[in-house]
Amino acid sequence: MNNSTLENTSSKADQALSNRADHSLIAQMVEPNSRVLDVGCGDGALLRLLASSRGVDARGIELSQAGVNDCVSKGLSVIQGDADTDLNDYPTDSFDYVILSQTLQATQRPKLVLENMLRIGRHAIVSFPNFGHWRIRMQLLLRGRMPITAGLSTPWYETPNIHFCTIRDFVELTESMGAQIERAVAINQLGAPLRLSAPWWLWNMFGEQAIFLLSRQK
Amino acid sequence: MSKVVPPLYAAGGEAICPSSKTIVFAAEAPLRMECGVNLSPFTIAYQTYGVLNNERSNAILVCHALTGDQHVSNTHPVTGKPGWWETMVGPGRPIDTNSFFVICSNVLGGCMGTTGPASLNPATGSIFGLEMPIVTIKDMVRAQAMLIDHLEIDQLFCIAGGSMGGMQVLQWAASYPERVFAALPIATAARHSSQNIAFHEVGRQAVMADPNWKGGRYLEEGARPEKGLAVARMAAHITYMSDDSLHRKFGRKLQKRSAPTFSFDADFQVESYLRHQGSTFVERFDANSYLYVTRAMDYFDLAADYDGELAQAFRNIKSRFCVVAFNSDWLFPTIESRSIVHALNAGGASVSFVEIDSNKGHDAFLLDIPDLISTTRGFIGSAARARGLQVAGEP
Repeated sequence: MNNSTLENTSSKADQALSNRADHSLIAQMVEPNSRVLDVGCGDGALLRLLASSRGVDARGIELSQAGVNDCVSKGLSVIQGDADTDLNDYPTDSFDYVILSQTLQATQRPKLVLENMLRIGRHAIVSFPNFGHWRIRMQLLLRGRMPITAGLSTPWYETPNIHFCTIRDFVELTESMGAQIERAVAINQLGAPLRLSAPWWLWNMFGEQAIFLLSRQK
Repeated sequence: MSKVVPPLYAAGGEAICPSSKTIVFAAEAPLRMECGVNLSPFTIAYQTYGVLNNERSNAILVCHALTGDQHVSNTHPVTGKPGWWETMVGPGRPIDTNSFFVICSNVLGGCMGTTGPASLNPATGSIFGLEMPIVTIKDMVRAQAMLIDHLEIDQLFCIAGGSMGGMQVLQWAASYPERVFAALPIATAARHSSQNIAFHEVGRQAVMADPNWKGGRYLEEGARPEKGLAVARMAAHITYMSDDSLHRKFGRKLQKRSAPTFSFDADFQVESYLRHQGSTFVERFDANSYLYVTRAMDYFDLAADYDGELAQAFRNIKSRFCVVAFNSDWLFPTIESRSIVHALNAGGASVSFVEIDSNKGHDAFLLDIPDLISTTRGFIGSAARARGLQVAGEP
């Protein structure tokens, strides 16, 4: 009984995850047949998407034991580990892309994680919720409360997200690290990308999530 | 009073005349052992389950732990108990004998029919005893490779094992990477820790301190160091469990009495349990063999052959790995598995790593733990698809 309930919830979660807007945009940034490490891979939805649609050699790291067991029992190569500590163990240049989707804000030391990603991979792909989105600004400004949105639905005392940033903050961090932004996409709450020609302030106001493709400075 | 000879040693007993299949490697095929001796002739006793396919590509080698044997999924010929890994190996199990050809051989130095100290030394016609050369994990694996050659299998689809069995899995991957498609090392380490060597030394000293050990020649003299071996087993058994599992099982409960007897009887249930573990063990295991197999684990240090760099042992390896640890295992703690995973990553291998939540300690790898079952099923299933193998129950 318990088992079947679990399976049901996980298959529902799968459907929800594979429909995630950032996943298909990330997949488009990945060259076919490359080597990819997905940090914080959850139940492996992105890994499966990448393996099936881009033919990549996809590996994952996931903190939760349930997530790892789920991935391994689906036949994915996933290691139980922590983005904050276990990326140190990976050799330099061992992957083409290191992906961190919707996890940066939950790490202890986001800058160190990013540095490690750019060391391990030739490219890093990062997606994160934009704390500069107008709905979030409005909630804080008008109601004086920590924002709760459809995308960020847990209250402040339960959220795993400890290091929120805005798109502007993130761009500044990449500049201070000397990383190159090869591509950047912001998407609105409907999952539709904002126009590329739009200025940063508009992205920072109307982008609910952002996805960055980074590389080391040449 | 006539001495009761246990079935391990009886005329036609398992150590000398095993009920398993055997292969004898004659003088022209000696085993080159790490200690420098060429062992010849020597025997390997093994069990198989399932059917080898026409391509000879569906073989899974299961490696047993310290005091295990080849009877992985059949009734044990000495104890009459079920096979030691029937939760994992059998029809419909994660290592499914409907799909795979499963092989398990008794290790070199063992006492269930493969050449070891309880076997006859062909050179003298008497029992080897301490004349048996010291065995290492690498020797065990070399002997297994000769068996796999004999079975005309080029590449094993998978090698799986826990504890000392896991050490053999790692050694296989390092020594014969092209012969290993997938590897499943469970609750193991790439080297035996100082603490674990210390525990083994206590066990060996207990055996050798028993006056019936007689310098290792007890079989010729019709004696058996049962007390020493039982103490060794009792001490070792504590290391296979966790504080939590011992507490849950026994607590401070008294054994069939309502008050302490103020004596050295087995007042506590845990004492009675350990004494039982010790006394049943000596019926099925040879004391000298215990010395040899514990020594083999002590000497295991995979990185030593690669200038201390474990990653070099797995450089450019194509095999896919799934490393499993249990969070209450303090004999082979998770950190040992993590260092294996680290080395595999550094070597560029395809590796999964699962730490399973269980309070059962090291013994968990032998038990029916749902996460272990589902992990194994997933890993074997995906490896089989990658290898293009037909799996029972799949279209």
